[in-house]
Amino acid sequence: MPTPTIEVTDLSKHYKVPVREAGLKAATRSLFKRTHNTVKAVDGISFTIQPGEVVGFLGPNGAGKTTTLKMLSGLLHPTSGTPGVLGFEPSRRQTEFLSQITLVMGNRSQLSWDLPALDSFELQRAIYGLSRPEFIRTRDEFIELLELKDLVKKPVRNLSLGERMKVEIIGALLHRPRVLFLDEPTIGLDVTMQRRIRTFVEEYNLRTGATVLLTSHYMADVEALCKRVIVIHNGKLLFDGDLAALVDRFSAFKTICVDLPNGYASFSQYGEVLSQDAGHVTLRIPRERTPDVTARILAEQRVEDLTVEDPPIEEVIEKVFAQKSAEA
Amino acid sequence: MKRYLDFYLTTMKIAIQEQFQYRAQNYFYMVGQIVEPTIYLVVWTTIAKQQGGSVGGYSVGGLAAYYIVWTLVRQMNIVLTPYDWENRIQHGQLSSELLRPMHPIHRDVAYFAGWKFVRIFIWIPIAVIMALIFKPALNPTWLQVIVFIVAIWGAYLVRMLVYEALGLITLWTTRVSAIFELTFSLELILSGRFVPMTLLPLWLQHIAYYLPFQWMFFFPINALVGQPATSALLTGLVIQFIWILIGVLVVNIVWHFGVRRFSSVGN
Repeated sequence: MPTPTIEVTDLSKHYKVPVREAGLKAATRSLFKRTHNTVKAVDGISFTIQPGEVVGFLGPNGAGKTTTLKMLSGLLHPTSGTPGVLGFEPSRRQTEFLSQITLVMGNRSQLSWDLPALDSFELQRAIYGLSRPEFIRTRDEFIELLELKDLVKKPVRNLSLGERMKVEIIGALLHRPRVLFLDEPTIGLDVTMQRRIRTFVEEYNLRTGATVLLTSHYMADVEALCKRVIVIHNGKLLFDGDLAALVDRFSAFKTICVDLPNGYASFSQYGEVLSQDAGHVTLRIPRERTPDVTARILAEQRVEDLTVEDPPIEEVIEKVFAQKSAEA
Repeated sequence: MKRYLDFYLTTMKIAIQEQFQYRAQNYFYMVGQIVEPTIYLVVWTTIAKQQGGSVGGYSVGGLAAYYIVWTLVRQMNIVLTPYDWENRIQHGQLSSELLRPMHPIHRDVAYFAGWKFVRIFIWIPIAVIMALIFKPALNPTWLQVIVFIVAIWGAYLVRMLVYEALGLITLWTTRVSAIFELTFSLELILSGRFVPMTLLPLWLQHIAYYLPFQWMFFFPINALVGQPATSALLTGLVIQFIWILIGVLVVNIVWHFGVRRFSSVGN
């Protein structure tokens, strides 16, 4: 078993936040007596990630995903627990550690607004002390992979959101980091641009063997890139395992779609009919009954085509959060 | 070391490219800054004329030289203010900078050093116009010129470190404007910015000698326009160097504790 790239044990981050009621009276009172709440942004989570793994880090807004990524990249000091990345303690922010990681935040720009991206890339070269031939090779390879061409010669402020994200990603990866923390890298992008970024991350992982921890609200990103997912909610870890196992565990139903050559037929005897129109029926069937029901439909009906599908991953995730919130 | 040199040169080049894009803004900014010493110059020149042609050892031409050189030293003294630290934290820029395998202060020192070349370039015509109007009396020796060139960079580093240390307080307080304004007021009086140090009461001159402010303004100006002894010139450079060492130490200590407080919420 190789040494894990990321090893997190009982990691917590608590914030002490001042609170008060609205209004002048409460504001005056707070001058003399301040009240604080402790917000447990991350609350005792543990996991390990092996070299080369691409892991989806999922959770609703405020779940603690970004806080965890910030602790793993050395931006925040944990309240307790020990995050280890590549054998380093991130909060010590050693040069050797920072030279091997990157954190891309979809809503944050690291490039100079006024200059062409090429100039900002040059600055990245100097920051990371890259040799010029190595820098030029990597830069040109990435520009080609992301099909940026002459766009890197335009001032960053003149690029579209998607184009800007592409150059951000290049800037963040020029030093060929071994660990990528990607926080909503496709936020606000159109479907084509999302796909392009996904393909690039996949390609980077294959070529360099880098470890990737990705948060995204777009399940298409997660499905395309991550075999494994870690789900957190209210700072606590809810699930850590294969994406397929998550679906098995949290989805009690499957969907059967049937195409009929002869228009309508009755299907209510097989399960809940979600929709039915001329020549097409969609059924929701309890997971354990799916093989039986499929066999019965094929035996009893004239079927042109039949598919069995898991519910959309968004639906499963929503169910996970709803279930855990109810438990809490 | 080579990496840092490369980083400094690259950042300075980037600063020059960026600031040349905003040359009009730089010009207006500079014109605004010229108003301040011009007022001081007119006031002190009037007083000098009323007192028979000199005040505090400065002739009318000497005062003109003082305040024209003042404008150059002021360009050299532009540094990252604590307000910029507030913005940097509130808008999340610090998060990006913390990810770099390099202390953020290197970026600040390098960027503002590069910006100086743009400012000096556009300062030259303004200085020529001021010289034609106010007719400065300026006859420095070669040693004075050399000490001045070193001292204006020393002044830049002293001021940069003082305001970096102040700005870092933002890591605790979120807002640092009040402390900045107080320090700025002290600087105005005790640096030679408002009035040449020799015009201050003796007891205030003694206090100012042990504070960093006059080494940011008065020392480099006086090195060029006054008649300081060689020992005073060299002592001044040593004192600047000591303030730079103190500044580096203070910034490192404040940073060490402050960065643990950085919460980066929402950014």
